[in-house]
Amino acid sequence: MLENYFRQYGLAAIFLLVAFLVPVGMLAGSWVFSRLGVRPAKPSPVKDAPYECGMEPIGGPWNRFNFRYYAYALLFVIFGVEVVFLYPWAVRFIQMELFALIEMAIFILVLAAAWAYAWRKGDLEWR
Amino acid sequence: MSLYLFALLAFLTLAGGLGVVSTRNVVHAALYLLLSLLAVAGIYLILFAEFLALVQVLIYGGAVVIVVLFAIMLTRSSEYPRISDNRQWPLALVAALGLLGVLAAAFLAAPIQITQLQSPDFTALSGSLFTKWAVPFEIASLVLLVALIGAIIIARAGKNER
Repeated sequence: MLENYFRQYGLAAIFLLVAFLVPVGMLAGSWVFSRLGVRPAKPSPVKDAPYECGMEPIGGPWNRFNFRYYAYALLFVIFGVEVVFLYPWAVRFIQMELFALIEMAIFILVLAAAWAYAWRKGDLEWR
Repeated sequence: MSLYLFALLAFLTLAGGLGVVSTRNVVHAALYLLLSLLAVAGIYLILFAEFLALVQVLIYGGAVVIVVLFAIMLTRSSEYPRISDNRQWPLALVAALGLLGVLAAAFLAAPIQITQLQSPDFTALSGSLFTKWAVPFEIASLVLLVALIGAIIIARAGKNER
């Protein structure tokens, strides 16, 4: 049991390490190659743009966004809490009986009531 | 092995916390907070608290930091992109030192118990949650329902003010 625990999270840790090392390695490699003279350094305003293609950014990064997005952030937090309950349920779903299925159905239906309320009141429409 | 892991994660937690209070950019402060919270999730994993680590990553690392970043995005943060001065820092220092004192006293007063290294079963936890604690679980959905409707109403109030 314990061996399995360390093995599984060890694999996750290796994954995390690789995810960290790839961008760091790219930046370090770029720096090393520019030092060696392999990579020419020719800065231009086009290269400094956030994207090479697509729309030209309008306004600065500190622009104020529409307040309506805040509702989505709040909903994200609450549905995050819901997902936390779904997780242990999914892990054990096969061993559990019909009772657990009904239980989770009630749980989700109660939360769906809020969604139905928002829909009914027209809060989901973008105005 | 776990001592080194703990040292690394504790270092990351403290470095993130220091970054939050020392950086002059609010967005950077939120990202340092994310680092700190994820390192705490790692500490939970060392303690075999898998579910708690999951909650930490999903709720704190995911949702709460997103809300903080949204709050920065949606407010007039452009007027104060850099936190130059905060006059409340002496008060914050007193509060932090007081909390440190209380925690240190509690830690020193309690006898240190060495328990057996064990891994609690994740499936056992979910088994008791959906059988023994079924009613509190359903009540949690009602609490979440109230929170959802509250969030919808708060968002609507903001819309009318514009």
